[in-house]
Amino acid sequence: MTASSIAIFFAAIFTNNILLSNYLGMCSFLSVSREIKTSVGLGVAVIFVMASTSALNWLVYNYILLPFGLEYLRFIVFIIVIAAFVQLVEMVIERVSEVLYAALGIFLPLITVNCAILGVSLFMVIREYSLLESFTFGLGSGIGWFLAIMAMAGIRQKLKRARIPHGLEGAGITLIITGMMALAFMGFSGMLPIG
Amino acid sequence: MLTSLLISVGAVSGISAFLALLMVIADATIGNYGEVKITINNDKELRVKGGKPLLGTLMEEEIFIPSACGGRGSCGLCKVKVIEGAGQYLPTELPWISEEEREQQVRLSCQIKVKNDMFIEIPEELFNVKEFDAKVAKIRDLTHDIKEVTLEVVDPPEIEMVAGQFVQLRIPEYELTDEPVYRAYSVASNPSDKKHVELEIRLVPNGIATTYVHNYLKEGDQVVFNGPYGDFYLRETEREIVCIAGGSGMAPIKSILLNMAERGIQRRVRYFFGARSKKDLFLVEEMRELEKQLPNFKFIPALSNPEPEDDWDGETGLITDVLDAHLESGENVEAYLCGSPGMIDACVKVLSENGVPEELIYYDKFG
Repeated sequence: MTASSIAIFFAAIFTNNILLSNYLGMCSFLSVSREIKTSVGLGVAVIFVMASTSALNWLVYNYILLPFGLEYLRFIVFIIVIAAFVQLVEMVIERVSEVLYAALGIFLPLITVNCAILGVSLFMVIREYSLLESFTFGLGSGIGWFLAIMAMAGIRQKLKRARIPHGLEGAGITLIITGMMALAFMGFSGMLPIG
Repeated sequence: MLTSLLISVGAVSGISAFLALLMVIADATIGNYGEVKITINNDKELRVKGGKPLLGTLMEEEIFIPSACGGRGSCGLCKVKVIEGAGQYLPTELPWISEEEREQQVRLSCQIKVKNDMFIEIPEELFNVKEFDAKVAKIRDLTHDIKEVTLEVVDPPEIEMVAGQFVQLRIPEYELTDEPVYRAYSVASNPSDKKHVELEIRLVPNGIATTYVHNYLKEGDQVVFNGPYGDFYLRETEREIVCIAGGSGMAPIKSILLNMAERGIQRRVRYFFGARSKKDLFLVEEMRELEKQLPNFKFIPALSNPEPEDDWDGETGLITDVLDAHLESGENVEAYLCGSPGMIDACVKVLSENGVPEELIYYDKFG
């Protein structure tokens, strides 16, 4: 079981990167990847929220939804749990640490309705993970997303000095680069298949 | 069937209610910052409920900080000096704050939350700033690219301002902009008419606001503006006055002159107005009328490139040269300038060379 968790962890980062293989979490990825500094903040927030909500939603799913035969409600329930959790965490961070709030808390509302976060919770149900596996899957997916946005922010900072055709500026060129990055990440597939 | 329906409804409501309860408790404990004190300009004290962004908190107290995006942190307008109580800069503020502003502790008021007692500084004039609903009463062409737009103030019903000040006109979302934008325009009418505000707006190619005003705005339309702002107004002294304007820079000078005529101020005034050719010249009749009401007032239009068909017998040449030729001694002069940055910089230089004290040269620059 531990071995499978480790495999899932690395697979989620590289071979099955949630952003590059599923194209989830694109909107915040496109809008925030302009600066490395803000990308770090958002990336860390995503890691934290993915890891904790996947575990939380696993508990909700297995102890509330399954016993009552309410699996079909998971979409609604997961998103409510995520929203409430993120809101609570933001309030706590704001109260407790100003430094942490400036670095991370400010990004939390941005990712409440991020589809990658919901996606992780839904994949964990489809793939029938255990609690530990769900947690490592969430953590791995978060780190994978973090890597992808960091890479993109790095590229986009270089891109500032590049001459891009007018119609492709902004989101256009970013999507094309994301596609190329996805192709590059395909090189990892076959190492650790999951799913 | 019915039971499963009830169970699902019950489960969703149950979970939602539980989480909502959790949020309410959190809001009352973690999120409760109690009553806090905001001290403005070391003078005014407000007692407000903490926990909300500064911009909204001030708005509830009827202090309007100019803001175009409505608190989303995407316009960078709602800057306020926070001396104490705002904590460190947030990543969402940094794109809008320059190095210099950071040293002066300028913050984006929509991003920082009121969590403890604060000391802030707001320009005094903002206490008088209000948001107005208005109706477009009249639009007329002044030249081929300048329109005069007369707004009738609806709510609040009257506007109090000083001649020479400006307002910010709200341009709604349309073809050229995804979000409302605000643009500043000087008021051209006499402020003693508290029901009307007259703006002179020159069409800038691809300008968001000017295109809207020239091509979309119609008489009878509802518009929103806020103001008044600015410290470009006539100083109460006994000195001679030199006014210099170009294009729609006419607006605040006209307002000042109308106001002087009404109040019977008999100081010596010379008004230099620069234009390219006769087709860029406007309101000449009105100015000649003012010359009759104000015996010491002289309107001196100057054309830099008069067309042969203009049949021009007035001053010719760059406004700076005309100004230089007319100024004998600047020692007893104070000057009011409104126009493009290039024109203003050049004229300020000529004025100082002629002995006008630099602190008595007032100007309104627009890009």
